[in-house]
Parts: sequence; C-alpha cells; structure tokens
Amino acid sequence: MSTNTIEKTKKPLKKKPKLPFSNQQYLKWYEDMLVMRKIEERVGSLYIQQKFGGFCHLYIGQEALVAGTASACQKEDKHITAYRDHAHPIALGIHPKYMMAELYGKTTGMSKGKGGSMHMFSKEANLMGGHGIVGAQIPMGAGIAFAEKYKGTKNVAFCSFGDGAARQGALHETFNMAMMWKLPVIFIIENNNYAMGTSLKRSTNVEDMSEMGKSYHMPSFVVDGMSVEAVHDAILEACVRARKGDGPTLLDVRTYRYKGHSMSDPQKYRTKREVEDYKGKDPIVQVLKTITENGIASDAKLKSIQEKVKAIVEESVEFAENSPELKPDELYEDVYVQKDYPFIKE
Amino acid sequence: MRIVQYREALREAMVEEMRKDENVFLMGEEVAEYNGAYKVSQGMLDEFGEKRVIDTPIAELGFAGIAVGAAINGLRPIVEFMTWNFALLASDQIINSAAKMLQMSGGQYSCPVVFRGGNGPAGQLAATHSQSFESFYAHVPGLKVVTPSTPYDAKGLLKSAIRDNDPVLIMESEKMYGDKGEIPEGEFLIPIGKADVKRKGDSVTIVSFGKIIKVAHEAAEVLAKEGIECEIIDLRSVRPIDYDAVVNSVKKTNRCVVVEESWPLASISGEIAFHLQRYAFDYLDSPVIRVMQKDTPFAFSKVLIEEALPNVKRVVDAVKSSLYVS
Ligand SMILES: Cc1ncc(C[n+]2csc(CCOP(=O)(O)OP(=O)(O)O)c2C)c(N)n1
Ligand SMILES: [Mg+2]
Repeated sequence: MSTNTIEKTKKPLKKKPKLPFSNQQYLKWYEDMLVMRKIEERVGSLYIQQKFGGFCHLYIGQEALVAGTASACQKEDKHITAYRDHAHPIALGIHPKYMMAELYGKTTGMSKGKGGSMHMFSKEANLMGGHGIVGAQIPMGAGIAFAEKYKGTKNVAFCSFGDGAARQGALHETFNMAMMWKLPVIFIIENNNYAMGTSLKRSTNVEDMSEMGKSYHMPSFVVDGMSVEAVHDAILEACVRARKGDGPTLLDVRTYRYKGHSMSDPQKYRTKREVEDYKGKDPIVQVLKTITENGIASDAKLKSIQEKVKAIVEESVEFAENSPELKPDELYEDVYVQKDYPFIKE
Repeated sequence: MRIVQYREALREAMVEEMRKDENVFLMGEEVAEYNGAYKVSQGMLDEFGEKRVIDTPIAELGFAGIAVGAAINGLRPIVEFMTWNFALLASDQIINSAAKMLQMSGGQYSCPVVFRGGNGPAGQLAATHSQSFESFYAHVPGLKVVTPSTPYDAKGLLKSAIRDNDPVLIMESEKMYGDKGEIPEGEFLIPIGKADVKRKGDSVTIVSFGKIIKVAHEAAEVLAKEGIECEIIDLRSVRPIDYDAVVNSVKKTNRCVVVEESWPLASISGEIAFHLQRYAFDYLDSPVIRVMQKDTPFAFSKVLIEEALPNVKRVVDAVKSSLYVS
C-alpha cells in the first residue's frame, strides 16, 4: 500500500516515439468521447427546447473518466454511479439512442422511461444505476463488490460519485467495511471541484480527497481526470489490486464540468476564466492532438469519425422522438417482482 | 407439533433457507460471534462460518446499502437490525434504494433483501428505543412489511420473506423473542399478504397485528366471560393488507375495533377504518373504534407507559362501546 499521493500528469505529447497505447485505442477513445460530447451538447439544446423534463446534469468536460474506466475494465465488471450518468452507458457500449429515449421518458429508454436522466440502468452493460440520492451509491457499490467476492469471481465494482457526495457519512461507513472485508471495489471520485455551487474549498478543511481513504489504509491516489490515459492507467492498477483480492482503491480524479450543475445554473460561483483554463486541457482535444501529431489517422479518417458521430446523434434523437410513450397501465409494472401484487387502486 | 420460542422459529427459518440456498446470508451487529443481541442467530456462525454470518460495525446506513448492492447483484441478504429504531439511519437505503430499484431500472434489477429486527416499545427504554414502524414503512410502495405475532407465523413468514424477490421488512419484538408456541415438525411456509383469523367470534371484529395482538387476545377472554365473542383478525402483513379478510369478518360482526401499538396519525387503523367505511359501509352498525399508543413520544416513567399503551381495559371498553353496551 502506498502512503503517498501519486500525481498522474498527462504524458508529454511532443516526444514522439512509442505511444503507450495502440492506435486503435486512441481512435476508440476519440470516437467514444466525441459521441458523449456531441450527444450531450444536443441533450442540452433539446432540454432548452423543452423536449423533455426533469433534471438534466451534463457530463461535458468529464468524459475521460468514463472513457478511461471503460477501456481498463472487463466486460463482467459492474458499474454504479450518480445522477450525472448520461455518458456512462455510452462508454460501456450502449448505443446512445437508448439513453436519449430515457431522457424523453419513452418505453424504449434504458430504464423503460421510468428512471429518467438521473437513473440510467443497463443489465446488458452491468450498469446498476444512475442514483439520484447523493452518495447512496457508495455503500451500494461496495455491496455489488461484496456479491462478486461472495460468489468467488474476479470481477470488480466501479463506484463513481462526486466531490460533494464524498462528504456523506456513508462514505466512511463504507470505506471502513470495504477495507475490512477487502472488497473488490474501486471508488472513483469524479472530482469536478463543485457540488452545485459549493466549491471543494468551501465544503472541507481537507482538499486532497485521497486523504479520506488513507485513514482506512485504503490505497488512494490523485489522478489527472483530463487525461484519458492517466485515468486508464490508474484504473488498471486498481483493478489488479482488486482482482488479486487486495481490496479497494480510492481515486480522486480531478476533472471539471464545463456546463452548470444542471440546466438551471447561472454559475455565479466561478469565473469564465476558470472554465476556459480547463477547456485548454480538454480530454478530447488532448487525444485528438495525440492522434494528429503521431499520424495515427488521416484527416479523411478523422472526418469520417466526426460524420459517424453526427449520424449517431441524429439517429438517437430520431429514435427517442419516434419511440412510443408508456401506457398508463404500465404504472403498476416493475414495482414488485410479484406479478399479482394487490395494489390499492382506489 | 413441537414448542419453540419465537427467536428459535426465526432462526429455523434462516437456517433452513441458508441450507437450501447458498446465496442467502445474514449480516448485522452482533449476529455472529455474540450469537445475536437477542440470540436469534445463536449457533449460526458455527454452522455457516463467517462468510455467511457476518458481524458488521455499527453502521446501519452503510451495511444496509451494502446489502442492497449485494441484492441487486445476485445475492439474497438477510439484514438484522438490533431494533428498527436504529434502522432509521438506514431508512434512506430501504426507502430510496431498495423500494425503488425495480421501478427505476425499468424492471432490470430486483432487490431480494430481508430487513428484520425488533420493533415497538419493549419496556422502560424511553422515546428513542420504543417506536413502532409498521405504518411508517407500510406507506412505501415497493416494500412488503410483515408482522408475525407467534412463533408459527414468525417461521412461516420469514421463510416466505427470504424466498420473496421483493424487499421484505420483518417487524419482530424484543418482548416476543422468548414467547413460546407450537410449530409443525416439517417445513411450512405462510404466504405474505394473507391475514389469519386468530379467534372466531361473531360479536365484534378486532383487527390487530404484531406483539400488541396479545392484548386483544386477553381482552377477548375477558369479554367472552360476559358473552361477547370477538373475532380476532391478525393482519400478519401490513403491506399488502388482506382487506378481504377484514371486510368478510365485518360483514358477519358488523363492528370493528383496531388495536395498534403505534401512534394514531397516518396509521394502519386509519387505513382499516377508511377501507371499511368505503367498502363495508352498509354492514357497519357502529363506527370503527381504535385503541392506539397515545400521540406522544414514549416516556420512561412507568406511569406514563401505562397511560400511553393499549391495554386490556381500553380494548374491552372499545369493544363494548362499539356494541353500545357498558
Ligand atoms: C442526499 C441528497 N442531498 C442533496 C441532494 C441535492 N443535490 C443534487 S446534486 C448535489 C451536488 C452534488 O455534487 P457532487 O457530488 O460533487 O456531484 P456533481 O454534481 O459535481 O457531479 C446536490 C446537493 C441530493 N440529490 N441528495
Ligand atoms: Mg462535484
């Protein structure tokens, strides 16, 4: 167990020779993150047009977290996250049209239109939500890992939550048990420096969140969340520990959301300058730079990826808009597994 | 038939189901090495080992959440709360996570978890340790709430709860764990959601559930001596409620008294009374009367406890009042 914080900085891009990842990997990261970015930009404008209701929390700026996690994990691993969950299914290979349909509350949505923006689930991708109660997924994530260990698999549970969620007491209860029972769980703080309008500074005396794991002797690291490569490396290393039976890891992944907390956020708590600074480290721009500087893909190839992404976005919107609404009598479905549960109907 | 304690009945249910299904396990404070704060899980660590009988730290929210996570990932946890008073710390995971998982995931993730523990007043334990949570949780769609009042019911209902694919809460009592009762030799199950006629009678229907039903039984004995025959309906579960059993009995007696150990507002008795006036209006010969815990936090003083809780006299008076006799 390391007691030191390992600051993972982005790899120097200029120094050419051998890249740490395959050409294919860079292109996949680029395409996947571009899908997330473009679809969410579209989600934002559709929301403003009132195409659907509810809350809407965009992931824009944070894409490297899920892209790096997805590339480092195995198919049978499990995932649980917070309500800022539009990008997670995309990273895990679910076509974004199902996420879009869920935003529209349509029957073809990921959660049949019953969960909405904050509650994206996919059994196919082992995505166990999407949870709207800040921090609720922290103990649940450990429980998912508990089941894997109980069943004797080598699978890992990825449990993502915000810097704000990390202030819930449940974190401490969970860290304690997860370490004591050496559960194969990776706690990922999607640390975008803000919980709604409250900056990290204004919510704690201890700004290095990796410190929170250390009091439970949990291996804990700070990771550059604007670099998909750094995220991938940190996740992979944590996975090795978890699969070996050495238990959890805490990753304080420093990232940034460019948009407001939700769609109704005037963002008085930060400066435009700060946002622009982070955009300078944009995860997609970084990968694109690696691709172009190393001649991984021709302009034509990049263009074709961009066209493909555009088509995926269009297809998703069309799919969502043309999908059927739920029927009123579906109200009583999926509340109990018991088929003949006697609801009080009058 | 054989005689067992309520705690043994619960234990038998867990042990039998754990022998059958590898995915069932028990977790909670003091359940393993200490053999249970109320000895419900006595000997289970020896039989099943620490993988399946798990002591937790005092972290109700945390281990309830871990149980929910384990349940959505293929296991069937039984969580013992030392009492339901302490489970308030876990209520977020019970109400926000377990109860809603199936619906929020569009039917993809069920949550087959059992939460069980002592419920209701248990002597001079004062306000924080003396609350009844049946109606509190009965309010929440997605949950089932079971209230066994005898060892027989405890075993049969807990076994059904463990096999149930929805989250089930079992309301036990520190004061009932030592109660003795008959259970059959072989395996048996009691379906969740079916009431039980615990005493036959045609004068007045008494609806009750859980530990306080004993007061109804005592009152019925007293009244029988005066020629008043009470029919006692044990709801056995308060979500769902077996309304048919209540209505059918009232069709015969035309009167109803509800005996409940909790506070009056937003209670099961209020629900029963609503249902009867809505669906058995023409059968009622007098208003539904209820005997409740008084509408205050539960105080330490013996005098105030006596004042607050339903007792035999209050039930006898209520039954007579529903018959317009004195
Ligand atoms: C228990 C709870 N308290 C408050 C809220 C309201 N709320 C929603 S998001 C949020 C901020 C959370 O910030 P953070 O965990 O950093 O996640 P981020 O939005 O930055 O991704 C708050 C207070 C909630 N949903 N749940
Ligand atoms: Mg945040």
